[in-house]
Amino acid sequence: MDYSSDNVLVQMFEWLTAESSWTGTGSIPQRILEHLGYTALAVGIAALIAVPLGLYIGHTGRGRVVVVSGAGILRALPTLGLVFLFVLLAGIGLMPPIWALVLLAIPPLLAGVYAGISSVDRTVVDAARAMGMTELQILFRVELPNGFKVLFGGFRAAVLQVLATVSVVAFISLGGLGVYLIEGTQLRDNGRLFGGALLIALLALAVDLVLAAVQRLALSPGLRSRTRKPANHRRRQPSPAGLAEGTTA
Amino acid sequence: MSIPDATEARQDSAEPMIRFRGVTKSYGDTESAAVENLSLDIARGAITVFVGPSGCGKTTSLRMINRMVEPTSGTIHVDGKDAAGIAPSALRRSMGYVMQSSGLLPHRSVLDNIATVPRLNGVPRKQARERAAELLDVVGLDPAMGKRYPAQLSGGQQQRVGVARALAADPPVLLMDEPFSAVDPVVRSELQQELLRLQRDLAKTIVFVTHDIDEATILGDKVAVFAVGGRLAQYDSPEGILRAPVDDFVAGFVGRDRGFRHLGFQPGAGVPVHPVQTLDPAELADPAVPVQGGWALAVDDGGRPLGWVPASSRETVTSPGQLVPGGSLHRRGESLRSALDAALSSPSGLGVVVDDNGAAVGIVRAGEIFELIEAARLRRGKALHGSAV
Repeated sequence: MDYSSDNVLVQMFEWLTAESSWTGTGSIPQRILEHLGYTALAVGIAALIAVPLGLYIGHTGRGRVVVVSGAGILRALPTLGLVFLFVLLAGIGLMPPIWALVLLAIPPLLAGVYAGISSVDRTVVDAARAMGMTELQILFRVELPNGFKVLFGGFRAAVLQVLATVSVVAFISLGGLGVYLIEGTQLRDNGRLFGGALLIALLALAVDLVLAAVQRLALSPGLRSRTRKPANHRRRQPSPAGLAEGTTA
Repeated sequence: MSIPDATEARQDSAEPMIRFRGVTKSYGDTESAAVENLSLDIARGAITVFVGPSGCGKTTSLRMINRMVEPTSGTIHVDGKDAAGIAPSALRRSMGYVMQSSGLLPHRSVLDNIATVPRLNGVPRKQARERAAELLDVVGLDPAMGKRYPAQLSGGQQQRVGVARALAADPPVLLMDEPFSAVDPVVRSELQQELLRLQRDLAKTIVFVTHDIDEATILGDKVAVFAVGGRLAQYDSPEGILRAPVDDFVAGFVGRDRGFRHLGFQPGAGVPVHPVQTLDPAELADPAVPVQGGWALAVDDGGRPLGWVPASSRETVTSPGQLVPGGSLHRRGESLRSALDAALSSPSGLGVVVDDNGAAVGIVRAGEIFELIEAARLRRGKALHGSAV
C-alpha cells in the first residue's frame, strides 16, 4: 500500500481508513470475526473442563493442591511453542492450535471458579445447609451467585489472555487479526503492522468493557460493593437507644 | 448417668418432641468427647435452653438434632422417629434454624430469604413471598424492608429476619444457636421479649443455645446446664437451677448474682406502691411550683417519667435537659427483681413504677422490698424444714 508519509502513525491511520482494508477477503471485519471465533472456541472448551472441576474443588475442598499446582505448571508453558508442538504432533488444521489456547485459558478459569466458590462466607453456606438445601442446591443457589464476582473475574482474565494470544494462529494460516502482524512484517508495511496491533488492543478493550457490563447486570444488587441504604431509612441518631430497631409491637 | 430417670419421672405424660439417648460425639482421635453420653428429653411446645461455657458441647448437641453433626454413638428421636433414618435435607427443612450471625443469603432480598424453605418445599414463588411478607409483620419489621438486601439491615433487624425465615415453613421445631449474642444488650433484651411474645402465640418446641445464664433463665421453660467435656450437669426449671444448683460447677456458672437473679421468679405484686409528686412539662418550667419532700418526678405529657428534680436545686432545674437521670423502671406486674433494681438504681432511692403504657403510677422503696423477700424466705423455710431458719 502506498502511504503519503513516512510517519508510522500516519501510515497506520491511512491503512485503518483505507477502503481496501474493510472490503473483500481478509478485510478487517472478517479478521475480527475470526479472532473472536477462535477466542470463543478456545475459552468455551476450556470452560467445559475448568468450570465443573473448579466447582467441585471449590465446594468440597478436595484435590485443591493437585489442581492448583497443575494449573501453575500450565501457566508456565510457552504458548507459541505449544502451538507448533501440537501442529507437529497432530498436523495442520483448526484444532491443534486451539488446544494450545485451551491450555492457556484453563489456569485463570479454574483459579477463578475455585476461588469464587471458596470465597463465599462459610457461615452463609452452613446456614443454607441447616435450612435443608442439598449440596447441589447449595452450590448453584448459594455459592455460585455469591462467588460470581470472583468467578467472573477469572473468566475475564481467561478471555483477555486468549484474545491477545490467538494472534499466533496466523502463523499456521488460520486467519484472525494476527495475520496483519505477519503480513505487515513480511511486506514491511508498517501501517498494516501497527494498525493490526492497535485493532487487537482495541478489540481486547471493547470485549472487556462488554464483559464488565455483563458482570454488573448479572450481579445481585445485594452484592454490589456500594449498596446504599435508601435515604429516608438511614440509621437514625443513636438515642433513644433501641428505638431505631423499628419495633412495631 | 442418673439424670435421665429423674427427668423422665418429672416429665408429664406427653411424649417428648426430641429425645437424646446415650448420645456421644467425639472428633477423630481426641481423648475427650465433645458430648458425653447425653440423655435428655425435650418437651413439646416449650423453650428448652442449653447453656454452658465455651467447649461444653451445647452447640454440638443442638446440631446433632438436625444432623448438621452426626453422633458417634447413641440415638436421637424427633417426634418419635429416629433422626438417623430421615434424609438430612428433609429433616432440616422440618426444623427452623437460627444462628448467631444471621446467615442470611447476601444475594437475595429479605423477602426471598424468608421464602427460602417454602421454596425448597415446592411452594410457588408468589405464595411463598406473600407468606414472607406476613412474617415480616410477625417479627416486628416494616413490610417495606422486604425489598432490601441483608447488607442494608442492622444486626438486630437481620436477626429478626433470621427468625422469620426459620418460621416460614411453620416447622414444629425451632433450633436457635446463640441467635442474640452478636447484638447489643438493648436490642438483645427486645429480641428476647419478642421471642417470648411469639412463643405465646406459636407454642413451638424451641431448643435455644446460649452461654449467657441470664438469657437462659429469662427464656427457658427448662434449662440444661452443660459442663466442659460435654457432660449434662443439671436439667431443671430456671428457678430450680438458680435456687438449688446441684454441684459447685453449676453454682459457679450460675454466678455470684444468682441470689439477686432468683428474685426474677418472685412476683412483685405485693410490693407497696406509694404516690409520688409528679411535675408535667408546664409545672417543671415554672420554678414557683415547689418540690414537696426530697424529690419530685418530672413526666412528659403522657405521664411517662423523664427524670428527677431534687428539692435543693428546684430553682435551677426547669427543663428536661437539666433533670437528674432516673434509674430502671418497674413495670407493674413484673418481678421483685425489677422492683428492687428500680429502687437501687434510682438516684432518689425511689423506684419508679409504671403502667403498661409507660406512665408513672408511683414509687417503691428498697427497704420494703427487702421485708417482702425476707418474709417469702421464712415462708419457704417453714414449708421445707418445718421451722423458720
